[in-house]
Amino acid sequence: MQTSLSLRLATRLGPQPLKLAGAAALAVLLAMPALHLWTDPASSLHVSAYTLTLVGKILCYAIVALAMDLVWGYTGLLSLGHGLFFALGGYGMGMYLMRAIGHDGNYQSDLPDFMVFLDWKSLPWFWQGSEHLAWALCLAVGVPGLLALVFGWLAFRSRIKGVYFSIMTQALTYAAMLLFFRNETGFGGNNGFTDFKRILGYGIAAPGTRATLFLLTVLLLVAALAAGFWLVHSKFGRILTAIRDAESRLMFCGYNPLYYKLFIWVASAMLCGLAGALYVPQVGIINPGEMSPANSIEIAIWVAVGGRGSLIGPVLGAGFINAAKSWFTVAFPEYWLFFLGALFIATTLFLPRGLLGLLRSHKENA
Amino acid sequence: MMSATTSQPVQRESWDGDVPASGRLLQPGLDVTHGQILYLDDISVSFDGFRALNRLSLSIAVGELRCIIGPNGAGKTTMMDVITGKTRADSGSAFFGQTINLAQHSEAEIAQLGIGRKFQKPTVFEAMTVQENLELALAGPRSVWASLRARLTGQQRDRIEELLTLIRLGEQRARLAGLLSHGQKQWLEIGMLLAQEPQLLLLDEPVAGMTDAETEKTAELLLTLQGQHSLMVVEHDMDFIASIAGKVTVLAEGAVLAEGTLAQVQADERVIEVYLGR
Repeated sequence: MQTSLSLRLATRLGPQPLKLAGAAALAVLLAMPALHLWTDPASSLHVSAYTLTLVGKILCYAIVALAMDLVWGYTGLLSLGHGLFFALGGYGMGMYLMRAIGHDGNYQSDLPDFMVFLDWKSLPWFWQGSEHLAWALCLAVGVPGLLALVFGWLAFRSRIKGVYFSIMTQALTYAAMLLFFRNETGFGGNNGFTDFKRILGYGIAAPGTRATLFLLTVLLLVAALAAGFWLVHSKFGRILTAIRDAESRLMFCGYNPLYYKLFIWVASAMLCGLAGALYVPQVGIINPGEMSPANSIEIAIWVAVGGRGSLIGPVLGAGFINAAKSWFTVAFPEYWLFFLGALFIATTLFLPRGLLGLLRSHKENA
Repeated sequence: MMSATTSQPVQRESWDGDVPASGRLLQPGLDVTHGQILYLDDISVSFDGFRALNRLSLSIAVGELRCIIGPNGAGKTTMMDVITGKTRADSGSAFFGQTINLAQHSEAEIAQLGIGRKFQKPTVFEAMTVQENLELALAGPRSVWASLRARLTGQQRDRIEELLTLIRLGEQRARLAGLLSHGQKQWLEIGMLLAQEPQLLLLDEPVAGMTDAETEKTAELLLTLQGQHSLMVVEHDMDFIASIAGKVTVLAEGAVLAEGTLAQVQADERVIEVYLGR
């Protein structure tokens, strides 16, 4: 029993080289904040603030990709609006960061600058309590969760599937973007939130703060991977793939797909919200552009390129594409979108299982 | 009042897992005191003006193996859709036992009440192994919470072994269901139905695409199920029907055209006219 269990675990975790690569990647990620803090900036081992922020940002994207894959790769629901949940999480955190600026804004007012600019005299009701980080985090997770719950309930109960579901999610994020562009909505209009000064009293750009945020992001990614691993290998996870492959069969087995879809959909949205909350203090800005349909489509591309229906695939995809993007947009800025499109088409044609399919040995098919 | 063979109401968990014990008249679950497990009464269904079912009335007895035949478009699949909750009848009523009005339940609830359905095209979870397919289908709680904590009990393992033997897929248990042959998929799907422990099985063309040997084995399997389960089998293969059928119902244009033994319906002028051909 012991051996068979560990054997099964080993086959589930994937081939040895991949595991070693994963452990090495984790070690490097954990070392990065230390190298940022405690090495001489002139040393070749030093990790610059730029690099740390860039990698931290990509890790946040990787968490979003993982969340996306749980609903798309495993459950077969292609969401083209996942950027919305991410952005809402970012706005939740952004509210706290705006309040934490205090009197150090341009207008030296109690209110965030954009409210003074709009000539508002008091905080709108939905800003109440946002001076507390804990409440802001509740908003960052709860608002995407609640929105996903309501939207998912309506969509899944009406059995909206396939491309119709994708279009509706796309419309949802687009509508939200238009809403957030309005100044009157109360989230800074098209400028969004920026010029943050501090978080919990620590300087937002201080090396210690950066390192801590980075470390938290790594931990969240690892925790999300672990939770995802447990989830997809439970009976619940098999029911998700059953929904993807033969939903009517599942229904006639006596399962109501509605609650299963709703559970994973809401969990995915909340995870995106958390990722967004960690993203904003690291990059220092959140605006409605994050809700643009193109952003959400890009999330789907990360997952497709990395490998749908696996946990590591989307993480690889998000890492690979965003690393390529940050290099490309500097070297050949005007060709990035062409490259992205070509990559997506090539993946669809030649790598149906994504980068991960390429890396994995063919033994497992035996 | 009640005959000896049908006096035992079949006890089942109701679909939400509660088993409230109450008076005789409000028996929860399936009540088959009158010997019939399924009543379809005067059911009509139209799609865009086309009458798929036209005042169809039919009943199936407990433990019966009933064959349904009829030309394409006679309403066989629509009838199964109505029974399993996929399609709602425009008029008429469908009862499971004496008390359960099928129109008030969703597909998933009806499956949990004890009606299993095999599709015309074999439908299994292709990305899972044969054994995992059976595990998912096993009778038990169906909530999200239960699925997160589910562990196979020894009893369930035994049941899966039993089913694997019954459907002759013991050797294939660790194979992905998508890699099975067409006939094996059909068997797996039948095995999944049985795993649900249904009272009534609806089988839509269970031997389509099977070899003669496979067809023969399927006939054997269905005959062993008869008695413990009630079965409704839609088929076109007349040899297969001859090998299993007690009673045959002929559907045409959404209504029952004839009913009787295979020999009786084969001799019926109207049946020959619309279906069997001269």
